[in-house]
Amino acid sequence: MAAILDNPDLRFAFWALVKCVVILTAMLGVVSYLIYVERKVAGHMQARTGPNRVGPLGLLQPVADILKLFFKEEFIPDAANKIIFHLAPVLAVIPALVSFSVVPVGPNFTVTDINVGLLLFLAMSSLGVYAITLGGWSSNNKYALLGGLRSSAQMISYELALGLSTVGVLLIAGSLSLVDIVRAQEHVWFAVYQPVAFVIFMIAAFAETNRAPFDLPEAEAELVAGFHTEYSSMKWGMFFLGEFMNVITISSIAITLFLGGWNGPWLPDSLKFLWFFLKLGVLLFFFIWVRWTYPRLRYDQLMNLGWKVLLPVALANILVTGTVIHWLGNR
Amino acid sequence: MREYIPVLLFLLVAFGFAAGTIALSSIIVPLRRNAVKNSAYECGVVPMGDARQRVAIKFYLVAVLFILFDIEAVFLYPWAVAFRQLGLYGLVEMALFIVVLFIGYVYLLKKRALEWE
Repeated sequence: MAAILDNPDLRFAFWALVKCVVILTAMLGVVSYLIYVERKVAGHMQARTGPNRVGPLGLLQPVADILKLFFKEEFIPDAANKIIFHLAPVLAVIPALVSFSVVPVGPNFTVTDINVGLLLFLAMSSLGVYAITLGGWSSNNKYALLGGLRSSAQMISYELALGLSTVGVLLIAGSLSLVDIVRAQEHVWFAVYQPVAFVIFMIAAFAETNRAPFDLPEAEAELVAGFHTEYSSMKWGMFFLGEFMNVITISSIAITLFLGGWNGPWLPDSLKFLWFFLKLGVLLFFFIWVRWTYPRLRYDQLMNLGWKVLLPVALANILVTGTVIHWLGNR
Repeated sequence: MREYIPVLLFLLVAFGFAAGTIALSSIIVPLRRNAVKNSAYECGVVPMGDARQRVAIKFYLVAVLFILFDIEAVFLYPWAVAFRQLGLYGLVEMALFIVVLFIGYVYLLKKRALEWE
């Protein structure tokens, strides 16, 4: 033990591992109660009470759900491509967790600050497509295949808008490191300088995480359950976990890029992470709020919005931002 | 390169967690299989064929277009980071680049490549 802590590289790796396990545990806790909050909020928005049977106010509902998932019988279709069928749910969890490694939570709690942090996030969110596409294809079920295809087309279309909307932030911050981007927002949030990019980013974020109103991959009215029709037990649980982890990760990135990250008044540096969590809570509530407010888009509307509205607007935003920065710099 | 170690660790922990949980649950869960249960789900009706059929060419088109525009996005990142050093030259150069791509985009629209009916 002492030998490990003497070597600086090993000590760095050791603390990274500790932080990694802490984040994984925290994520699991937040996800299970996010599901509870979602059901509770949905209930109240529709004038019902939501889960209230397991424990006081239904607070033990997530525990009951997880136990149930663990002991559910598992179906594996005979016609499925088995290896990919087993691998897809694992792939659903990995990208969300890995991209959280570059999110600066507080001035003293950043797992790692790599100089291409934003690129890592974009790369990982692209990888998220694989889980859904492969899961849908390997099930060898028509509904699952259609869900997977739709989903891949949707996610790569909105990936463009997501990627282009962040360029405006990069122009102002001049760095791809997420820590530098947060430090550049000490006085003014980038959402103030880049309102258009922020709106595009948020719309694309909803589409990337397959949340309503963009939840076409699992449109239950037309596709049964979409790409996870054939999944059951903990494999289904992993897709579910992955979806909610993605919501948390993409909200964290939105906070980092546009809403000032950990920056906020009053608190000392050691407690600044509380601002981050407050903003995260607000954004997560926003995700739930939108889900229970807007109806699902039709597929052609979805593709039109992505390709004919968001993409040109994002490109125009880059040109305008570039021109304005250049003009201000030369004055 | 040291700062990339945590990313690798995250990858390993995430894989271990997901694979471990699935493995553990598949040991516990009951498996009472039969041919009907293991057939593809088609709303309770006996499945007609399987899902290995032709799919709409539209999806391939979207994938090809994505590659085109995503490479553009990747090209914009280093430009955005170095924007202040490049000055007016960088701005004009990138404006030309975006305009050229935009002409291609208008061509796509005219060819109705982005229509879904």
